Amino acid sequence: MVHALIFYVFSAIAILSAIMVISSKNTVHSVFFLILAFISVASLFIMIGAEFIGMILLIVYVGAVAVLFLFVVMMLEGNFKNVKHGFLQYLPFGAFIGAVVLFEIVIIIGAWKYKPNLIRVSSIPYNVSTTNTQSLGKLIYTDYILAFQLSGLILLVAMIGAILLTFNKRSDLKRQDIATQSSRERNDSIYLTDPESGKGVKVND
Amino acid sequence: MKDYISFLIYDLLKILAILVPVLIAVSMIVWVDRRVWGAVQLRKGPNVVGPFGLLQTIADALKYIFKEIIIPVRANKVIFILAPVVTMSLALVAWAVIPFSEKLVLADINVGVLYIFAVSSLGVYGIIMAGWSSNSKYPFLGALRSAAQMVSYEVSIGFVIINVLLCAGSLNLVTIVNAQKHVWYAIPLLPMFVVYFISALAETNRPPFDLPEAEAELVAGYQTEYSGMMYALFWLGEYANILLLCGLGSVLFLGGWLPPFDVYPLNAVPAPIWLILKILFLFFLFAMVKAIVPRYRYDQLMRLGWKVFLPFSLFWVILTSAFLYFFNLLPNTL
Amino acid sequence: MLLEYLQNYLSILIFLVIAIGLGFAFIIVNFICAPSHPDSEKLSPYECGFEPFSDSRMKFDVRFYLVAILFIIFDLEVAFLFPWAVTLSKIGALGFWSMMIFLSVLTVGFIYEWKSGALDWE
Repeated sequence: MVHALIFYVFSAIAILSAIMVISSKNTVHSVFFLILAFISVASLFIMIGAEFIGMILLIVYVGAVAVLFLFVVMMLEGNFKNVKHGFLQYLPFGAFIGAVVLFEIVIIIGAWKYKPNLIRVSSIPYNVSTTNTQSLGKLIYTDYILAFQLSGLILLVAMIGAILLTFNKRSDLKRQDIATQSSRERNDSIYLTDPESGKGVKVND
Repeated sequence: MKDYISFLIYDLLKILAILVPVLIAVSMIVWVDRRVWGAVQLRKGPNVVGPFGLLQTIADALKYIFKEIIIPVRANKVIFILAPVVTMSLALVAWAVIPFSEKLVLADINVGVLYIFAVSSLGVYGIIMAGWSSNSKYPFLGALRSAAQMVSYEVSIGFVIINVLLCAGSLNLVTIVNAQKHVWYAIPLLPMFVVYFISALAETNRPPFDLPEAEAELVAGYQTEYSGMMYALFWLGEYANILLLCGLGSVLFLGGWLPPFDVYPLNAVPAPIWLILKILFLFFLFAMVKAIVPRYRYDQLMRLGWKVFLPFSLFWVILTSAFLYFFNLLPNTL
Repeated sequence: MLLEYLQNYLSILIFLVIAIGLGFAFIIVNFICAPSHPDSEKLSPYECGFEPFSDSRMKFDVRFYLVAILFIIFDLEVAFLFPWAVTLSKIGALGFWSMMIFLSVLTVGFIYEWKSGALDWE
C-alpha cells in the first residue's frame, strides 16, 4: 500500500514537472523542471527493481545531460524571448509527432494487454542472488556485443562531431607549452659577451 | 500498518544516529581546519570559545541565525532560496550508504557506489542554481567555473572507482570493505588513491582548486549574494561533502571500518572508531594541502583534469583489469 | 511489510525528506530571529560601487559547452564500465576483449581531441 502510494506520488511529480517543462515561461526553469522529472523517473525505476538503470539515469541524465542543457540555455538566454513565436506554424508538425508517439504507446499497452504472460516474463525479480548490475553485465559485453560496439562508435562520432561543430582554435593567443618551457636551457637564451666600446652588441632575433 | 510504524521509528532513530554525528563532526572539522591552518602559519587559530576553542564553530553558526537575510531584488527568489538547501541536503543524504561497520549502515543497497557517485554529481546543481538565480556577475562566473571544474574531475573519479570495483567485484560498499580484509586497496592501487585524493580536492572546490571563489578574482564566487543562514548552509554542505569524500576514500582505499592489522589490541577497538580515525586522517591531509599549496590557475586545473588524470586513470583501468584477468585474480562474487 | 530492497530505499527517501526539512528549518529560524531593514542599495547586485552596466547573465565561452559535451561522453563510458567491472570474472575472453575494443575506439577520439587542441584552456 505504501509502495503504491509512493509510486503514484513520484509519477504525479514526473507528469506535473513534464507539463511545467513545456509550459514554463522561463527556459531555465524549464530545465530545472526537466531535472525534477528525470529524478522522479529514476525513483520510479528504482521502485520497480531496476536500481542500476535508476542510478545511471541520475548519473548520466541528471548529472551530465541536464548540465549541458543548462549551459546551452544559459548561453542562449537572450535569444529565447520569442520562444512562443512560431507556435501556430509548427503546430501541425508537433501534432503529427504527438500522434505517432501516442499510437506507439497504444501499441505497447495493447501488447501488454493481449499477451499477459509478457509481463510475467519481463518484470524484474527483486530479491535474487544476482543483482541487476551483474545480470546486465553478463549480457551487454557478450550477447549484445554488436550493439555495445556500435554505441562505442556513436560516442566516437559524438566526440568528433562536437569538436568540429563548436571548436575553432584561436591563433591570436599565446599558449603555455610545458615541454618546451621545462626543456629550455641556459645556453638557448643567454650568452655572455664582451662588447667593444662604440661597437655595440650583435642582436639575433 | 503496525510494522510500518515500528519501521519508521527505528529508521528515524538510525537517521538521527547518522545526522547528529555528521553535523557535530562538520562543526569539529571546521575547527580542525582552522587550527591546522593556524599551526602551519605559526598562529594559534581559534582558541577562545570553549575548551581549546572547540565551540568556535557553534558560536559562528549561532551568529548566522541573527544575521539579516538579503535577497537581491533582481534574483529569482525561489531558486535563490532552494540552492543552499539543495547543496546541504545532497551532501547529508549521501551519508545514508556509508557503512560504519558490517551492520551499522542505514541503507545497505546493492549499488552503493553508484548512489554516492550520482548524489555527488547532483551537487553541481546547488552551485549552478545559486550562481544563476543571484543574477549578478560574480556569482554567475563563479558558478560556471565551478560547474566545469566539478564535471571535469568527476570523470577521473569515475575511472578510479572502476579500479576499485575490478578488485572488489561488487558495487556494494560493505562488500568492498570486506574484500579489503587482506590488503587495503591503497597499497596495490596507490597511484589511483593519489588521483582520487587530488580529484576530491577539486570536486569539493577546496584549495588549491578553489577557483570558483578565488577571493582576488570573483569576490566569493557563487556565494557572493548570500547572507545569514543561507550562506551558512553552503558552508555546511561544503564541509559535509568534504567529509563524505574522505569517508568514501576510507571505504574504497583504506579498508573502511577494518583495523590495520587483525591482531588483538587493534581489533578490539570498535569498528566505527577506525572509520572515524581514517576520515580524520584524510581530512588532516585536506587541511594540510589547504595550508601549504598555492592556488592553481584555471587552465592548469583543466589541464590536470583532462590531460593528466583522465588518460592516467583510464590507462590504470586497463592495466588493473588486464593484470587481474591474465593472472586469474578476479574476485568471484556471483 | 516491504521487501528489504525497498526498505533500504525508503530509508534514503526519509533521510532526504528530513535533510531538506532541516535545511528549510534553518532558514525559517533565521527569518524569524534576524532583523530585516532592506534598502535599495543593500538589495542591489554586488558591484564595485556602481550600477551594473549590463545584464549579468552574459554570453560565455563556447568552451564550457564543449567541456559539458565531453563530460557526457566520458560519463557514458564510465557507465558502461560499471557492470563490466563487477562481472569480468564471468564474461571471459570475449567480454574482456570487447571492452578493450570499446576503450580503444574511444581512445582514438580522445587522441583526436588532444591533437585538435580542444582540451587546452586558453
